[in-house]
Amino acid sequence: MRVMAQMGMVMNLDKCIGCHTCSVTCKQAWTNRAGTEYVWFNNVETRPGQGYPRRYEDQEKWQGGWALNKRGKLVLKAGGRVSKMLGLFASPVQPELKDYYEPWTYDYKTLIDAPLGDDFPVARPKSLITGKDTKITWSANWDDDLGGSPEMGHLDPIIEKLRRESEDTIKLEFEKTFMFYLPRICEHCLNPSCMASCPSGAIYKRVEDGIVLVDQDKCRGWRQCVTGCPYKKMYFNHKTGKAEKCTFCYPRIEVGLPTVCSETCVGRLRYLGLFLYDADKVTEAASVTDPQELYDAQMDVLLDPHDPAVMAAARAQGIQDDWIDAAQRSPVYALAKVYKVALPLHPEYRTMPMVWYVPPLSPVVDLLKEQGHDAEDYGNLFGAIDALRIPVEYLAELFTAGDADRVTAVLKKLAAMRSYMRGISLGNDPDDAIPAAVGMEGQEMYEMYRLMAIAKYEERYVIPQAHMEQAHDLEEMGCSLDFDGGPGMQDSPFGEASGKPVPVAIETFNALRDRQTSDSVAGEQSLRGRVNLLNWDGNGAPQGLFPEKRDEPQMSADSPAHGGGRAGPSPDAAGPSASSSGASGNPADNAPGAIAREE
Amino acid sequence: MDILLWGVLPYVMMVVLVGGLIWRYRYDQFGWTTRSSQLYESKLLRIGSPVFHFGLLAVIAGHFFGLVIPMSWTKAVGMSQEFYHFNALFVGSVAGVGTLGGILLLIYRRRTTGPVFMATTRNDKLMYVVLTAAIVFGLWTTLASVFLGGEGHNYRETVSPWFRSLFIFQPDIAAMATAPFAFHLHTLVGMLLFTIWPFTRLVHAFTAPLHYLFRPYIVYRSRDKGRIAGRVVAAPVRRGWSAVGTRDRDTRNK
Repeated sequence: MRVMAQMGMVMNLDKCIGCHTCSVTCKQAWTNRAGTEYVWFNNVETRPGQGYPRRYEDQEKWQGGWALNKRGKLVLKAGGRVSKMLGLFASPVQPELKDYYEPWTYDYKTLIDAPLGDDFPVARPKSLITGKDTKITWSANWDDDLGGSPEMGHLDPIIEKLRRESEDTIKLEFEKTFMFYLPRICEHCLNPSCMASCPSGAIYKRVEDGIVLVDQDKCRGWRQCVTGCPYKKMYFNHKTGKAEKCTFCYPRIEVGLPTVCSETCVGRLRYLGLFLYDADKVTEAASVTDPQELYDAQMDVLLDPHDPAVMAAARAQGIQDDWIDAAQRSPVYALAKVYKVALPLHPEYRTMPMVWYVPPLSPVVDLLKEQGHDAEDYGNLFGAIDALRIPVEYLAELFTAGDADRVTAVLKKLAAMRSYMRGISLGNDPDDAIPAAVGMEGQEMYEMYRLMAIAKYEERYVIPQAHMEQAHDLEEMGCSLDFDGGPGMQDSPFGEASGKPVPVAIETFNALRDRQTSDSVAGEQSLRGRVNLLNWDGNGAPQGLFPEKRDEPQMSADSPAHGGGRAGPSPDAAGPSASSSGASGNPADNAPGAIAREE
Repeated sequence: MDILLWGVLPYVMMVVLVGGLIWRYRYDQFGWTTRSSQLYESKLLRIGSPVFHFGLLAVIAGHFFGLVIPMSWTKAVGMSQEFYHFNALFVGSVAGVGTLGGILLLIYRRRTTGPVFMATTRNDKLMYVVLTAAIVFGLWTTLASVFLGGEGHNYRETVSPWFRSLFIFQPDIAAMATAPFAFHLHTLVGMLLFTIWPFTRLVHAFTAPLHYLFRPYIVYRSRDKGRIAGRVVAAPVRRGWSAVGTRDRDTRNK
């Protein structure tokens, strides 16, 4: 037994309202750079739907993940080492930008710069890839909320499969029946096929917390990982020519903070915590013949952190006591293995994913309500779950390789919890028959309710900090003197995207030194025309802080922005200012300005 | 002049190539990439790139055969001059035409596909000019070696001895000087190509991932220096991370 720790995540899909806050905050934090415009480390898909990139689940086409060969040995679905090497010069199965979408921006400048005329200026969409005018035909979320599903619903690979199996009898029933959201990040798998596909060996799994990362120095852009990942959560940065992926916000995790997507989640549906697993058993577990048994195999790999033998083995592997303690309090372990309500996404890819999902019960509840039933009664709910074959089978294709019974069992647990807690809330005696119907104790069900419904911050996120003896490295202090040329700014002959990245400590050191020792505006030379507002001490106005001044900067009716050159009062100019002063709710402050403009 | 061209320049080229590669490897790991444009366009690349690369591998093998292996050796195993030349012409032409066709297709793709052209730097354009010139002149010498002056030119008596003599630091300048102009031109352009090599995207060739055939599938690395899976390892490692190809469960299980 070789015990290793793994950071995991559970998402409770019942709570996801599809607001995309996680996607947006993640993008702002990690992929708002040139070359990663189309990259969404976190995206939220509406299911049924095609997902992102389109139809990524169709592994017959994309060849992601692992498969068993004829001898029952685990091999990459896209081919072995030799065939990967032969395909190096042009990756045989590679999503193109059109499978994602062509990122764009708008020509906002026209709105301001357009000469006065009869027509309103229009901000045309401009491609961020070619810089030319473009037509927007798809995006990261084009089919959000089942948009276009009458035309495109059949393109969902899971619907396609279910329809084939049921011979079209349920045509379009999906769209009428249910809809839910599926937020996706990198699965940080125990058996990652991206890593196995990487010719350079640049992708690695951290021993301490199992986070899968790409070494940007070692990556040579062979792009085999994009093919290898069945979830298509490996992205190719087309500016740097390197692969990038979800980092599980490791700089935050190391200091005990939840990931950005979790922290900003409006529905508070994400849970973070540790798993302890047996690294020696992973390959064996991923090689189980029947795909529907992969779930059980994955369960067996996860170790019970309360087991003294496991604890002793963990200590022998150098896992500290506070980490073992965190593993014992781990909400993700509780949801996945104790309560068994969280399921892995697509276990049939054989990658042993470590981001888990509590399947949604809400479609069932909503349907019962609409039909006028008591949607909180567990008898009704159980019956409905059994009757609603379509959503259950759909969920089973996502989470259990098609094993509908397993999904039913989870949904019944959720239904029982709902019903049981309603009884208690109404002041009735707890009805222990309800938890018993799903094989649970009353107390256990109450604890599950606390974790899932109350979901306190410190119960949702149990993240042990990286150890103090490593703190120096985390702050980059241990390496600042090792840095080439010592603490000094360097300019790369290949431009900013080349050379070794400047450690943050050194960039800050230089910025502060500039600021303290110079009379001029801080950062003017060293930041190459960019403005770092954090370093601005009010000493003058750095270049680029404000747009360049025009000849007549005063706020007056003569200003060019308000139709300069025209005599008399300008209704165009007065309109917006009057309405904005009204909206601000403080007319006294704005009134003089408004009057001045009207005059 | 001959001394400068065939006695000095080759060594300057070697110094720049080796020194440049070492410097770039140490300094610019992040810029060391294929800079693939497959994301933008795949159809033409799927044809052009393998044709070009595999053609190039054959060309390299041909250069090795022609330049490194002395004529006396091939004679010793009973290979006649005619047989050698026929092979060189046949295989060399196929490989050369393939390489040239491949790169022309890739250049056409680069020019006509908007996003790919946008992503082309000046460095790339210079590199393409030199690379294409080297291939074109090389193909010319292949033909010249057979048809020039009626019965062709036997470069294995001029260029090859000079090439081998470079490595023992006693360049046989006289031999090279007697070779025809086409060979001089190809050699010079070739040297220019190797001189700019370390500073272009061509560096990716020097990190061809052959170790992929042997490394374990799953790679673990520790955040902590000098510690892998809880065990202390002796070798010092790069800052923050231990090296690629650390022990993993696949090798441990065996």
